[in-house]
Amino acid sequence: MAEEFVPKKKTYVEDIERTLYDIRDEDRSVYKSHSGLTEDIIRDISKRKNDPEWMTEFRLKSLETYNNMPLPTWGPDLSELNMDEIVTYVQPDAKMTGNWQEVPEDIKNTFDRLGIPEAEQKQSLAGVGAQYDSEVVYHSIQEDLVKQGVIYTDMETALWEHGDIVKEYFMTLVPPKDHKFTALHGAVWSGGSFVYVPEGVHVEIPLQSYFRLNAAGAGQFEHTLIIVEKGASLHFIEGCSAPKYNVTNLHAGCVELFVKEGARLRYSTIENWSRNMMNLNTKRAIVEKDGIIEWVSGSFGSHVSCLYPCSILHGENARCEFTGVTFASKGQNLDTGASVIHAAPHTSANINTRTISKAGGAATYRSAVKVTRNAPFAKCSVNCESLMLDSESRSDTLPVMDIEGDEADIGHEAKIGRISDEAIFYLTSRGIDEEEARAMIVRGFVEPIAKELPLEYAVEMNNLVNIELEGTMG
Amino acid sequence: MSQLLEIKDLVAGVEGKSILKGLSLSVGKGEVHVILGPNGSGKSTLMNVIMGHPKYEVTGGSIAFEGESIEDLKTFERAKKGLFLSFQTPEEIPGITVENMLRTAKQAVTGEKVKVVPFRRELKSLMEELKMKPEYAQRYLNVGFSGGEKKRTEILQLLMLNPKLAMLDETDSGLDVDAVQIVSEGVAKFHNAENSCLIITHNTRILEKLKVDKVHVLMNGKIVEEGGPELIDDINRRGFTHILDGASEGK
Ligand SMILES: Nc1ncnc2c1ncn2[C@@H]1O[C@H](COP(=O)(O)OP(=O)(O)O)[C@@H](O)[C@H]1O
Ligand SMILES: [Mg+2]
Repeated sequence: MAEEFVPKKKTYVEDIERTLYDIRDEDRSVYKSHSGLTEDIIRDISKRKNDPEWMTEFRLKSLETYNNMPLPTWGPDLSELNMDEIVTYVQPDAKMTGNWQEVPEDIKNTFDRLGIPEAEQKQSLAGVGAQYDSEVVYHSIQEDLVKQGVIYTDMETALWEHGDIVKEYFMTLVPPKDHKFTALHGAVWSGGSFVYVPEGVHVEIPLQSYFRLNAAGAGQFEHTLIIVEKGASLHFIEGCSAPKYNVTNLHAGCVELFVKEGARLRYSTIENWSRNMMNLNTKRAIVEKDGIIEWVSGSFGSHVSCLYPCSILHGENARCEFTGVTFASKGQNLDTGASVIHAAPHTSANINTRTISKAGGAATYRSAVKVTRNAPFAKCSVNCESLMLDSESRSDTLPVMDIEGDEADIGHEAKIGRISDEAIFYLTSRGIDEEEARAMIVRGFVEPIAKELPLEYAVEMNNLVNIELEGTMG
Repeated sequence: MSQLLEIKDLVAGVEGKSILKGLSLSVGKGEVHVILGPNGSGKSTLMNVIMGHPKYEVTGGSIAFEGESIEDLKTFERAKKGLFLSFQTPEEIPGITVENMLRTAKQAVTGEKVKVVPFRRELKSLMEELKMKPEYAQRYLNVGFSGGEKKRTEILQLLMLNPKLAMLDETDSGLDVDAVQIVSEGVAKFHNAENSCLIITHNTRILEKLKVDKVHVLMNGKIVEEGGPELIDDINRRGFTHILDGASEGK
């Protein structure tokens, strides 16, 4: 919640309160790979992770792809990322468990501070996964969901217990050759979540995975694979954070979502990495006939982010709702957006985003909408709005549209602006002081997005829009 | 009797352009004053300056409210002292609902925590009187409102915030007959012996339910003529130019 109003000289929108995230634990890993990337390192990781053979091969092939690919030439500058300095695998000295009491004290305390076990206890979550550095340390799921055939586990367990399903889907939607960082992901991925919802099953209460990167100079490469079968539904929440170090950390996660005929998946993420993080995440969903994918995406942290969740509307009437908010402050370059591929008739998409930049931060909204020849009567509406809180901050919108299908109904609305003096005057003329007026306007700006966020993250969002009073009030 | 609002020799402009050129005007407690004047004469500027719009620069003269100078006060402080402006073109503010804005504003001007239940009751009943649909309380302030709805929302705020001085800038302009009627009843409901109104209008129908005490004619940044309510009819019949002629002849 908002803090007490304290008289201050300058008016500003608060940064995220980071103290909670910045508490770092002692390095207590049992094993860390050497930094950099070689075939030996990959073999070593694979052995330690006890991969099935096909996965070891998969990793080595991905490494080869990685070595042969250049860095992306568009988007934020990534040259400061030196892969030779990134430790790709950090194994905590904890075995995965379904009992918080068995999780080592300091790791458990970290998740306590983040409120994860509490939410689980209050039954506002039907299942929880908690990853610490490269491995998942805790996993649970409600008994009745298990009985209905729902699977929710870490990827490593899934590889052995549900190997045929994993093998059928793993990195088929986001292939390693997609770009350099998906190739990297294919080579060094570790941890993440596997969710399988059988036909017709409705998971009423959300499942949540939380990813915490504690080790300095490390990379996190978790893989999320979700399959929602015909007529089934699920709400999946992902949160991520890391304490701040002076060296660059890298996050190159990958999310693959399969939404089958008539199924519905809501996938919410709030990413609050520290400001030394390069966040190069790839997320994609494929939606079959009458299926619905709903993305709710909040990007608050990291030094550099490239994040453009993609929805492939593959079956007739498939639908995508994308709701996103990005907040870039000092030292941050957040390049976010969404992409939609209409590949079947009567598919529809609704993209709605807000970005805020302040204190020299840069926020770019990038979107790509493609309507293929096979997708007559596609409908897509894009609405992106940016608010710059001062003159040092930057904001850009870069929408790309490629329309081949007939009878497409495409709407695009982009607004970039500052807080209007007339709006401030209007509110202050009603007795509201300037700082509160600014806060109300900023809160109002993100309101359509904030109301989509899971509750605990909406609170986090509130912290973000804290405003302090001006001193002249005497 | 002491004046509620007392303006002396006010000189003000915007971006180097001089608009108010030595304007004096006083409004007593419990009085209703009307400002008439052709387009562009500086009427809206005057109200913005009284409300403390930071865009306008005041280079001379004085503004006092209840005997105290308010020139150095910020806009929100003037509002808390009891000044209110119904805007000629109210701003659209996305993301802030009418109810949220009013609750925050009421808390600010009264300095007391607003109790939700009585606040909602008052809001609901006033909206009914102004013939506003109750769901408008949850709509974003003025966003997508028609001209008439915007002006009714201004009067709603006037009634909820209950200031000492209501400045109405062409609140009746562009409204249909029924809407003018509603707005005019709203203003009449607001007005009592303890507060005052300063009304800019081109349309005398908003005044029908009020007893006008004084009329000021503003032309080219100055008050060029003052008188009782009969001045309204006079101008309606003969226009502004003859006043200017009369004023210059008299000099
Ligand atoms: N913000 C502004 N910037 C430039 N000129 C302005 C501004 N506000 C008012 N003016 C000018 O000042 C004069 C008076 O305007 P205004 O006060 O709106 O008149 P009225 O309300 O009597 O029609 C006009 O010539 C108008 O163009
Ligand atoms: Mg005007």
